[in-house]
Amino acid sequence: MINFLSIPLIHIIVALVAILAFIGLNGVVLVYMERKVAGFIQRRPGPYEVGPQGLLQPVADALKLLGKQLTSPMGADKILFWSAPIISFAPVVVCFLPIPFGPSPNSTGMELNLGLLLVLAFSGINVFALCMTGWGSNNKYSLLGAARAVSQSVAYEIPLLLAVLSIAFQTGSLNLSEIVQSQQGVIHWHIFMQPLAFIIYFISATAETNRAPFDLPEAESELTAGFHTEYSGMTFGLFFLAEYAYMIVVCSVATALFLGGWDGPFFDGFWWFLFKVYALMLVLMWFRWTYPRVRFDQLLNICWKWLIPLSVLNLILTAFFIKLVH
Amino acid sequence: MKPNESKFELNGDYYSTRFEPSGSETGDTLILNMGPQHPSTHGVLRIIVELDGEYIKKAEPVLGYIHRMHEKMGEVKTYMQYLPNMGRVDYLHALAWNWAYVGAVEKLTGIEVPQRAEYIRVITCELNRICSHLLWWGAYLLDLGAFTPILYAFVDREKIMDILQIVTGSRLTYCYYRFGGVSADITDEFINQTKEFLTYFKTRIPMYHDLVTGNMILRGRCEDIGVLSVETAKQYGATGPVLRGSGIAYDVRKVEPYSVYDKFDFKIPVGQNGDAMDRYDVRVAEMTESLKIIEQALESLPDGHYINPNLPDRIMPPKGEVYYAVEGARGKIGIYIISDGTAKPYRLKLRAPGFSNLHLFAELSQGTLLSDAVSILGSLDLVIPEIDR
Repeated sequence: MINFLSIPLIHIIVALVAILAFIGLNGVVLVYMERKVAGFIQRRPGPYEVGPQGLLQPVADALKLLGKQLTSPMGADKILFWSAPIISFAPVVVCFLPIPFGPSPNSTGMELNLGLLLVLAFSGINVFALCMTGWGSNNKYSLLGAARAVSQSVAYEIPLLLAVLSIAFQTGSLNLSEIVQSQQGVIHWHIFMQPLAFIIYFISATAETNRAPFDLPEAESELTAGFHTEYSGMTFGLFFLAEYAYMIVVCSVATALFLGGWDGPFFDGFWWFLFKVYALMLVLMWFRWTYPRVRFDQLLNICWKWLIPLSVLNLILTAFFIKLVH
Repeated sequence: MKPNESKFELNGDYYSTRFEPSGSETGDTLILNMGPQHPSTHGVLRIIVELDGEYIKKAEPVLGYIHRMHEKMGEVKTYMQYLPNMGRVDYLHALAWNWAYVGAVEKLTGIEVPQRAEYIRVITCELNRICSHLLWWGAYLLDLGAFTPILYAFVDREKIMDILQIVTGSRLTYCYYRFGGVSADITDEFINQTKEFLTYFKTRIPMYHDLVTGNMILRGRCEDIGVLSVETAKQYGATGPVLRGSGIAYDVRKVEPYSVYDKFDFKIPVGQNGDAMDRYDVRVAEMTESLKIIEQALESLPDGHYINPNLPDRIMPPKGEVYYAVEGARGKIGIYIISDGTAKPYRLKLRAPGFSNLHLFAELSQGTLLSDAVSILGSLDLVIPEIDR
């Protein structure tokens, strides 16, 4: 019998379909999880009425979004306005390709020597979509939101890259599978070697995904809904789905880089990967429902005055120790 | 034009077309219309702001979206008929408005209020003040992007509303005070529940401080934001926690004690710098002071009538005028009545503290970031129905 998955084209097509299903399914699970976590933190039951324990709430939400009319504001740039949600969502699918979900080669969408670079590059395209919404919506709130999104992403990509780079220094590889391979056994997880890099990465990732307390581009008390003010129905749904998908991407990359990927104390496998990703997602949700929002200049101050110098220092120290060891 | 074909005016309404931008060096400013439906304007306040980047060059509040002609209604209704209106001026501290109105009419007509009624008024009014401050606390943090505190505040607020419901029969727009007393005597159930609430709420305030007040992000958003100098505060006629945040211990309950407030031992919390953090601290400290007042009032609650038994059948104040002020959660509430000797006031003027406090916003927000302006607006604790009246 021919192993179909070994044919590259079929492998990629299967992987892409699987990723889309994974994103959709995760979106549903995460919406439910977010609302239940918020409910728990806020001492209320959260979704409760639709289905047992409110389990069907995300389905009801999705159906509502699908059923809504798509409208565009008067004077909007139609091309930019309608293509922005797609451009926001499409690159995230590619981001999942190089992520090793489990030990078997079939659980990685595509083995790439520059897998890490691919993830970082494609996740950067999201900003472009926010830019388009800001210009295309013909709305001042959207414009302000987009302006914030751009400067925030540009600023926080630097410490994020520097933090990731220190791991790349240590392992000598940009291939995520190889990075995971290099940290077998809990004690070898990079988080213990590079705690500072992990903290910097995680803070930057929170800012990159526009999550609270860094959710300035959509700060609802200032900019009503920020960049997606004018979007309704499924166009809004796509932004929403993309946000959650990017959260999974950054948490997956954090898991692969710092937490040993699918490696665990017992029974290595994809469940460990998923467990770690969801644990990190839980932390992100915990942030969101606990902290007030920072101000814009404070946000940039944290980046330029703290994260970038610290990550540069971390990188230099890493390089120094690696030189010392070899 | 076909009848169903409406023309959409894109050039703006009366206020936006007459807004005069101050302009900037680069000449590149953006005029942004915040409200009347905006998440952080708390109701139907509208602000036209001129932005240079994210810095505010000029802000202009536009009022009148919830104007209900309360003052005119006072002229066409009898004194008694007008009473329910008072619960709807400031729906968050309705009892203070109740009190200001009945106080004014009592002073004008010369109606005696039994001691027990005065104590009941103090207890319920202070409970209502805590209620109002709690809602402000939650809503302010919501403005700063923290979603969770408001739900904690609502847990406690719910308890107060349940307690007040026992005697007043309503939960928000109270109409409890009557000329010469209150409409119903307080029950044992009310007293017990209030005592329970006092012990419970004393454990809650430290928790609020632990969870929120010390938070680094919160302090970054409040400290040195919207610094209000004493002179400016006086010029604009600011009262209440806004004025006390700037360091002036002006509280009607202490300065011109009405009712039985001079019998209680409580402090007037004041701030030092007059920034948003000071206003925050003042309000949170006031909740503790209100607890102290309620405790003392419950201990020394006298027996007697809850309403003056010898009331005239019809309230017909003699010719003359009267001004009566009480301390509301937002500041000095004043009611000025001119009577021509008939059953209806000749003229009635409501002095809303929020109206004076709001206009500070235009001055305080100049040159700040949009996010800071939201913080300043929240820290002024505005209730729009009270401002528009």
